[in-house]
Parts: sequence; structure tokens; C-alpha cells
Amino acid sequence: MTDPILSLNNLKAGYGQTEILHDLSIYVDPNEIVAIIGPNGAGKSTAMKAVLGLLNIREGNVTLNGDDITDTPAAQVVRLGISYVPQTQNVFVNLSVQENLEMGAWTRPEGIPERLAEMYELFPDLAEKRNQAAGSLSGGQRQMVAMAKALMVDAKILLLDEPTAGLSPKYRGEIFATIQKIKSTGVPILIVEQNAKQALGVADRGYVLVDGANRHTGTGAELLADREIARMFLGGGH
Amino acid sequence: MWDAFGFEFVNFYLIPGLVLGCIYALGAIGITLTFGILRFANFAHGEMMMMGGYLTWTIMAIVTALFGLTLHPLVAMVPATAVVIFLFLLTDKYFYKPFRKEDTIKVVMASFGMMLIIRSAVQAIWGPNQLKFVSGIAKPNEILRDVSGSIDLMLLVPNKHIWIFLGTIVIVIALSYLLNKTRIGKAMRAVSDSPDLAHVTGIDVDQVIRATWIVGGICAMAAGVFLAMDIQLLETTMGFRMLLPMFAAAILGGIGKPYGAVFGGLVIGLAEELSAYPWIGDTPLLSPGYKTGVAFAIMVIMLIVRPQGLFKGRSF
Ligand SMILES: Nc1ncnc2c1ncn2[C@@H]1O[C@H](COP(=O)(O)OP(=O)(O)OP(=O)(O)O)[C@@H](O)[C@H]1O
Ligand SMILES: [Mg+2]
Repeated sequence: MTDPILSLNNLKAGYGQTEILHDLSIYVDPNEIVAIIGPNGAGKSTAMKAVLGLLNIREGNVTLNGDDITDTPAAQVVRLGISYVPQTQNVFVNLSVQENLEMGAWTRPEGIPERLAEMYELFPDLAEKRNQAAGSLSGGQRQMVAMAKALMVDAKILLLDEPTAGLSPKYRGEIFATIQKIKSTGVPILIVEQNAKQALGVADRGYVLVDGANRHTGTGAELLADREIARMFLGGGH
Repeated sequence: MWDAFGFEFVNFYLIPGLVLGCIYALGAIGITLTFGILRFANFAHGEMMMMGGYLTWTIMAIVTALFGLTLHPLVAMVPATAVVIFLFLLTDKYFYKPFRKEDTIKVVMASFGMMLIIRSAVQAIWGPNQLKFVSGIAKPNEILRDVSGSIDLMLLVPNKHIWIFLGTIVIVIALSYLLNKTRIGKAMRAVSDSPDLAHVTGIDVDQVIRATWIVGGICAMAAGVFLAMDIQLLETTMGFRMLLPMFAAAILGGIGKPYGAVFGGLVIGLAEELSAYPWIGDTPLLSPGYKTGVAFAIMVIMLIVRPQGLFKGRSF
């Protein structure tokens, strides 16, 4: 058996003294899309911050390809190949689209022109906006800048925190399509999503998080078929 | 027209206003960068300018003593800049860095302490009295006077002011190149935009902070030496006197916006000088004693009406 790419093992962690994650375990295997869903305030974003070393981890550990990276500072985590797109404020609004991508390449400054070209191919909308300030773009385009920025390094895994929050169905569809494209290039993805149905649709496996702990785990299809989950998250307009 | 009105206005109000504006602009660049990137109001900035003037004077004095040469301040400024940058980096590492994770107000108070430390150190080393920076009366540049005089627009601009204009233009162009074309400059703008995102993007924020001190240090040095060239003397309160107008300039332009700081500096400098022009009747509109009040008034009005400044900086 090979090690998972990324693995969070029995984490107890929080901000300062407050514990938010009580017993959380998540792993992502090579070539997988893994979705985390759960109610507001469940600790989904907090789980991602735990990977980036932004949290006070009391128990448990985080491993990348089997190596312990618990409490590694964020800049170093990025250098190790974990690319992270935060839920909010995930672009530099005063920098142009291209400058955002260049900043994304900070830890890997070689071959930037080639990678810019790849990104403009993956996100054609961005090519014509390359000199525009990221802050002037629509929500969906910003989200694409954020993802492209994260892919400017040789990511071993991509962490996306609610990439479709607040977007129109058209953009939502585009983002999910792009996520599958990224997977096909061999980059596994851990994604937090409110749009549970769509997320579980593209995901190989999913986790349902409640109160900082695992509630359900299974393949995307299994979770979609689960009655309780359907009642909790899939009812309503998604 | 020129004789009756323009000559006096341009030569005795407008040009001095622009000179002062250049000095404020350079000082305000450092203040706005520190505010944008390190997120605190650095009260010691004026003192760094003042000390830069004293160090430049010292280098000129040493060269005169050893070689009997009179060094131009702009030449002596170069090694002095290296010293000031070194001191900036040193204070950052041992004085400001420990406060970085704390509330902003603690760093602000620390910078206030640093201001007092620097001034006391300068007074202890160079004495509390004024020093002559450059001697002699600054005569207007003859070529400019003759050329402009021949078309009946006589300009009386001493060489020191021409140097200040040229120096400011060069520095602003270099700064704009740095911020827009270089990797570290773009990273400085990124950190100013969002330090948290810069952090999780893997940007070396400590390196960016060092770059900020270096750039701010060069601008502060230039501002300090230009001021000393202009008034031709050094005194230990000269940096502090500049502090309020420089903050006014940074706020006017928008906190964290270097071009805003340049623009704000020019506006404040011009406003201060032009407020003393006899707009109505024969007496100055405002007695020159109220000059500082002009900067203060602009700052207060700006904070009330448009706290984000003209160039949409950070509001607070
Ligand atoms: N910086 C912080 N400091 C202290 N508590 C925080 C901080 N950020 C989040 N929390 C708390 O941690 C808990 C989990 O927050 P988190 O952002 O991880 O939820 P989430 O599952 O991502 O929710 P959402 O769907 O709204 O994004 C919440 O109770 C929140 O109030
Ligand atoms: Mg969240």
C-alpha cells in the first residue's frame, strides 16, 4: 500500500485556546477528488487551515506522502507542494491577473512564461483580462484567478475552500468542469463545498463534517444515496 | 502680467511649494509603505530623515578634513544611505519584529519610543545646536535665469532646488519601476494588499519587509538630505517638524498608495506655501506661522470626508 498524498489523522485543533476540530481524520489518495461537506461552522475551513500550519494543533498529525508536516509554517507547506485557495480574499485585488499568477509562482520562479501560457489555456477567460486588476473581475473570474494562481507551482495537491460559493450556475458548472480537468492532469484535489450535490457528483470520495468531527464517509455515490445526508444537505435548491 | 503677478507667484511661492512638496512626497512614500506593508504608523520616520542629514554632514566633514575637498551632499548621501538602511534593518529585527504578532498600537508606541531614542542619540553625538549644512547664499541658476528671462518668463531657481526636483523625479521613476516590474516590488504590493494571502501563497514576507525598510530608508534619506540642502542647516527637530505634513500627505493620497503619497506630498507642500500668498489684498492670506496648520487641516478634513484618501487607500 502506498501512503495517501495528504492525510489528517485524529486532529484535535483550534484557534488559540478554543478547540474547533475534536477528532478529525481525512485522507486523499493519488488521483482523487475528495469533497468535504457539512453545515456552516462545522470546521471545514478550519480543517484546511490545519494543513497550512495556521492552527494550534493539540493532538494528531498531518502527513504529506507519509512525511509528518504538522505545524510546518505556511510558506514551507506551499514549498512542499500543497497549494491552497482560501474561501475568502483569495486574490490580490490590486494586482493584475497576471501579477496574481506570478505571485502564485513565488516558490517556483523558473519557467513562469510557460506556466502562464498553460494557465491561459486552462482558463481562456483570463487570457484577455491578464492586465486587469483582479479586484475588477466578477466573482467567477476571481475564483478562476485564485485557482490558476494556486496551480502556478507544481502542486502535489490542491486545496479548494468553497470555490463556487455565491456563483451563478453557469460559473459553478465551469468551475466543476475545470476541477475535473485539473484532476486529469494528475493533481489530486481536496475540496470544501456548500453545493453538496455537485461536489459529491465529481468527487471520488466525500466526508460529512459536523461539529469538528467526521459524521459520514464514503464514495461520492454512496453519500449521495444516503437518506440522512440527503435530508441534511441535498434538499432545497442545490 | 508676468511682471505684475506671475514672477512673484511662481518664483517665491510656487517653486518653493514644489520643493517642499518633493520633500514631503519622499518622506510620505516611506510612511505609506510601512503603513501598507507592516501595518503601523511609524513615528520614527522623520527622525530617520533627520539622522540621514547628520550622517551625510559627517561624511562631508570627514572628507573635508582628510582631503580638503568639499563633497556635494548628494555624493556624501550614498554611503550615509547604506548606514541608515543598516540601522533600519537592525531596528526592525531587534525592535519591531518582536511586536509583529501583537496589537498594532504596541508597534506604534514602540516607534514613538524609537523616535525619542534616535533624537536623543543624535543630540548626544552631534550636540543640540544647529549645524551649518551648506554655507553661502544659494544663487539662482544662471542658465535657467537667462534662458527664461529672454522669453520674459524669468525663473529664479537655485541649483539646490534643481537637484531636489531631479532627485525626486529619479526616485519616483525608480520606485514605480520597482513596484510594477520587479518580483520583489510586486510582492510588496501583494503583502500590502493582503498579508494573510501572501503568507499562504508562500511569499517570503520577511524578505518583503526588509525590502520595504530599504526602499523607505532610501526615500527617507533623500528627503532628509534634500531638506537639509534646502534650509542649509541641520537641527535635531527638523524630522519631527516634517512628521505631521508627511502623515497628512500619506493620508491625502490614501494609506498604502505610493503614488498617492507623492501626489499628497506635492499638494501639502504647495498648499502650505500658497496659503501665505497675498491672494486678497497685500498681506499674506495666512501668516506663515500657520503653515503647519494647513497640513493639519487638510489631514483632518480628509479623514472626515474621505478617509480612504484620493487614491482609495486603506481606511481605518
Ligand atoms: N480565526 C478564528 N478564530 C476563532 N474562531 C474561529 C476563527 N475562524 C473560525 N472560527 C470558528 O471556528 C468554527 C468553525 O469555522 P469554519 O470557518 O471552519 O467553519 P466552516 O465549516 O468552514 O463554515 P462555512 O461553511 O461557514 O465556511 C466556527 O465556530 C467559527 O466561529
Ligand atoms: Mg468555511
